[in-house]
Amino acid sequence: MGFFLETLMGGLMTGMLYSLVALGFVLIFKASGVFNFAQGAMVLFAALAMARFAEWLPKWLGFQNPILANVLAFIAAGLVMFAVAWLIEKLVLRHLVNQEGATLLMATLGITYFLDGVGQSIFGNDIYKIDVGMPKDPTIVLESTFQGGVLLSKEDMIAAVIAAALVGLLTLFFQKTSTGRALRAVADDHQAAQSIGIPLNRIWVIVWCVAGVVALVAGIIWGSKLGVQFSLATVALRALPVVILGGLTSVPGAIIGGLIIGVGEKLSEVYIGPMVGGGIEIWFAYMLALLVLLVRPQGLFGEKIIDRV
Amino acid sequence: MIYRENGQFKTSYRADQQIFPILQDRWVIAAFILASFILVPMLASDYMFRAILIPFVIMSLAALGVNILVGYCGQISLGSGAFMAVGAYGAYNIIMRIDGMPLVPAILLGGLCATVFGMIFGLPSLRVKGLYLAVATLAAQFFADWMFLRIKWFTLNTPSGSVAISNLQVFGFPIESAHAKYVFCLAFLVVMALLAKNLVRSAIGREWMAIRDMDVAAAVIGIRPMYAKLTAFAVSSFIVGVSGALWAFVYLGAWEPAAFSVDMSFRLLFMVIIGGMGSIVGSFYGAAFITVLPIFLSQALPAVGAAFGVTISTAGITHAEFMIFGALIVWFLIVEPHGLAKLWSIGKQKLRLWPFPH
Repeated sequence: MGFFLETLMGGLMTGMLYSLVALGFVLIFKASGVFNFAQGAMVLFAALAMARFAEWLPKWLGFQNPILANVLAFIAAGLVMFAVAWLIEKLVLRHLVNQEGATLLMATLGITYFLDGVGQSIFGNDIYKIDVGMPKDPTIVLESTFQGGVLLSKEDMIAAVIAAALVGLLTLFFQKTSTGRALRAVADDHQAAQSIGIPLNRIWVIVWCVAGVVALVAGIIWGSKLGVQFSLATVALRALPVVILGGLTSVPGAIIGGLIIGVGEKLSEVYIGPMVGGGIEIWFAYMLALLVLLVRPQGLFGEKIIDRV
Repeated sequence: MIYRENGQFKTSYRADQQIFPILQDRWVIAAFILASFILVPMLASDYMFRAILIPFVIMSLAALGVNILVGYCGQISLGSGAFMAVGAYGAYNIIMRIDGMPLVPAILLGGLCATVFGMIFGLPSLRVKGLYLAVATLAAQFFADWMFLRIKWFTLNTPSGSVAISNLQVFGFPIESAHAKYVFCLAFLVVMALLAKNLVRSAIGREWMAIRDMDVAAAVIGIRPMYAKLTAFAVSSFIVGVSGALWAFVYLGAWEPAAFSVDMSFRLLFMVIIGGMGSIVGSFYGAAFITVLPIFLSQALPAVGAAFGVTISTAGITHAEFMIFGALIVWFLIVEPHGLAKLWSIGKQKLRLWPFPH
């Protein structure tokens, strides 16, 4: 029972981290109708920027304080992500207004490759550390004794809290502000939104900036857990089933989808995995998402799509 | 002047419905096919065959298959690498398990395995579409990756997980030299390309295109979405499967599941985008582009770097390749969504009217 609980909690924590990446997807889709395949590349890019700036800035500016270095690096990486968002809007999206979703998806595939290339050639392609200091050491676990002792990772818990806070903020932003309403209008129909005077370009920049910041937060958390390297981009592939399970347009869906996938993945790996040779987590998540799609094509919490000729 | 169709009168429906309606086209295509079978093998060096021509021919075949699904039927697939893998391992199992199995039927049966696999993973396309489907096809990719890595039955219980095949022969002719390998793959390509070209001109091809352009409207005018989508998945994954078998048997010789990873799927999609979605000839351009570009970059970039006094590492070349691929994808999507094939056909159109612009 203790072991089961441990697996369950581990799954929930990982799920929370998946949700964080998935949130980036949902945000951009909800606000601009673009399925942003580049979210993974953005996570990698942001994490690389953060890790490298934290290393470079003290050298350039000549100070030693690690906390100051991290804060400055966070701001610098944030600014870089804003620049990336602005450039993407300027160079790519602006020219693809009113195009089909599939075209936009493929354009973000191009952005993915471009960002991967640029990020690694600017920031290098070794394994870097992000040491934000809050959970001290990634491997520290907290042993609380109930039902025979359940191991919990402190770091994961902090990550979960941060993710929950972000989600709360974003939900408020979408529901309560006029910008949020404008974002939803754009997602519904580019043309109609433009015709009532919503500045499409500015909305896109805002959304991609927010997604960039979410990517940065996700990148920092994943990066301090696993180290920053190219494989971080594949975290996005783990988060994709989360998005389609929860529904592309639903922020709570991303969270709940993340938890379901996280738990399902861990439990299946532990209990079914040994029977079939192990390593099933990644396709299990996809199969789970596929099964849900067969029953509810719009995901668990997505809006129903109605087609008209 | 030379490329002109006036004076060529069509007096029967048959003549009107030819694949290449212009006489000059027919001659050029025939000459091109002959040259690629006879002239190219005489001129090309061993390096040319191994580094460029053989991968190009096999990738063209794969891109052709992906183009049928993505370009003609509009079902974005990020799982093409999985279909290649199923073709490769299917053919491998058939040739190793059945005594005296000839090579060509084994490869075709490998393609059939991919067809079955493709249709199973095409089933969600009946319910979900567009973006959701693109993600759903990734399920096929990761499932295949896992299946061939972890289920030992498929790799005949080899401890290392990588499989190898040797002594390929057709009708007693060994396919060992680069020359023979090239001709063998080219024969597959030419036959399949002709079949595909005819298929997309037929009723079923038009059904695919109707589904691509607007599926609800297509269903309203009496096209069965299920039939159209599943046939597109079947035909596409058959061709992709055959190309996978060729890639494994002829080009790689020994391979492991990583040869058909998700990266391969992306590359195939890029070939289709750059070459031209919904165009048979575009598949060739895209495959040529994606095959030659890395080789070109690995030659050109160090030279350019040396001119400016910078040394460019191999990692730098890989990153440059990434950036150029990415930038090109975006550029093509914005400027010319129909890819290189469209540029080609614009050129032809201009030639037909030359010297008058209208």
